[in-house]
Amino acid sequence: MLYIPCPHCGPRNETEFHYGAEAGVAYPDPNALSDTEWAKYLHIRANPKGWLAERWVHFAGCGRWFNLWRNTITHEIGPAYLPFTEQPKAPTNGKQEGAKS
Amino acid sequence: MTDTHDISPGTIGRRKAAALPEQPPQLWKNVKPKKAYDAIIVGGGGHGLSTAYYLAKNHGITNIAVLEKGWLAGGNTARNTTIIRSNYLWDESAGIYEHSLKLWETLEQDLGYEMFFSQRGVLTLAHSVSDVRSKRRNLYANALNGIDGEWLTPEEVKKLVPIINISPDVRYPVHGATYQPRGGIAKHDWVAWGYAKAASDLGVDIIQGCEVNGFDIRNNKVHGVHTSMGNIAAGKIGLVVAGHSSILANLAGFDIPIQSRPLQALVSPLLEQVLNTVVMSGAVHVYVSQAHKGELVMGAGTDAFNSYAQRGGFHVIEHQLAAAIELFPIFSRAQVLRTWGGIVDIAPDASPIIGVTPVENLFINTGWGTGGFKATPGSGWVMAHTMATGTPHELNRPFALDRFVTGHLIDEHGAAGVAH
Repeated sequence: MLYIPCPHCGPRNETEFHYGAEAGVAYPDPNALSDTEWAKYLHIRANPKGWLAERWVHFAGCGRWFNLWRNTITHEIGPAYLPFTEQPKAPTNGKQEGAKS
Repeated sequence: MTDTHDISPGTIGRRKAAALPEQPPQLWKNVKPKKAYDAIIVGGGGHGLSTAYYLAKNHGITNIAVLEKGWLAGGNTARNTTIIRSNYLWDESAGIYEHSLKLWETLEQDLGYEMFFSQRGVLTLAHSVSDVRSKRRNLYANALNGIDGEWLTPEEVKKLVPIINISPDVRYPVHGATYQPRGGIAKHDWVAWGYAKAASDLGVDIIQGCEVNGFDIRNNKVHGVHTSMGNIAAGKIGLVVAGHSSILANLAGFDIPIQSRPLQALVSPLLEQVLNTVVMSGAVHVYVSQAHKGELVMGAGTDAFNSYAQRGGFHVIEHQLAAAIELFPIFSRAQVLRTWGGIVDIAPDASPIIGVTPVENLFINTGWGTGGFKATPGSGWVMAHTMATGTPHELNRPFALDRFVTGHLIDEHGAAGVAH
């Protein structure tokens, strides 16, 4: 089980959280996009082997969404940060394959 | 071979394991890669091997290599719970899974290789009024597609599976079930070996320990792969690497709508036969069968997050065991012998992606999520057709990558529940 550092409540068990996949995907103007671009916004999310910036919600605690760097090979936890704040740099240890988040 | 041949591991077995047929000394030839092939399959799991076999058998293309990063069938082929069924809701799914089930029914004769395909039936339980409605709807949809299935009352379920608890006084009482008698299980690694042997006999090169780490793409057309054993040219390349398909798609320069998650399963030690069919429950969240040697094989849903670690959290195992013990109180005295995880590639509509890619002569087969084992023969069949002719087979045309742009999704979340 992951031990996830909620920025508001501190570290808690993974079972208190729900997952939200890639962080920082901005909502686009639908009218400005082609079908292909819209499909990309709807369906394509980063799926790298290595460090991934992803969203979690602490539903059993503060109920708030936040972002977290986590390694998808080792399950190592990196820095957590709040939405709409500056994203900390990805940790640099370990291998990285696939599209970056 | 003799009837007393005992392969159970020492004192763990409470009875002698049923005899297994002896294997020939060599199933397939291990070879070094040639400089060039007509076609390369990346990924030596069940789907990759069946693709190679059907390319050779159905389309006469035998100058093929299957490149496997690790060892044959060491990925999801060896990490699933081997459930085979075809009772999917939507016509597109019913088409491809039923084609696959029909192939299973003659596969041992076709390959000349035993794989313990056992049509012991698949029971899918309903635990609420809405569950009953959606499962009965599923049955009617199946009937329209010529797929066998019947509705069983709780008493009929109990008759079929005497160890099941149908008491109304539990959190998720059994309100009935759909039953597909033609569903069942097979011995997963033997399925891969059977395909590998048959493909090798037809001239396919099977190359293990060969990792693809790049593509030779010029003018948006693929001409070969870069591998840990050097560059290999190929006219056509098929990516059949579920668990890593987005990594390879990114290497080839395009994105696919796939998220990779751990899916865990577990087995008990060898026990007397107590369960003669497959039981699935989406609501209480477990599926279980008893393999031919006697171990209970169980699985549930994926872990919540993206991962390539081939392991997951133990709370997921605890959750599925709690569900299993409520349904089968007798299991409370069994022990967990082993748990494991595989990495499953999941598309947004929980349906596979099989077909052409934005790169010419590069084809993809992925997105089987938590339920790809049952599709091993059908997946290879349509993938081989797609690679040989350059256009999809009518059965995989709906499963094209461009459905995420057109919006023609095949949403099997509802029909499959989480247990797939």
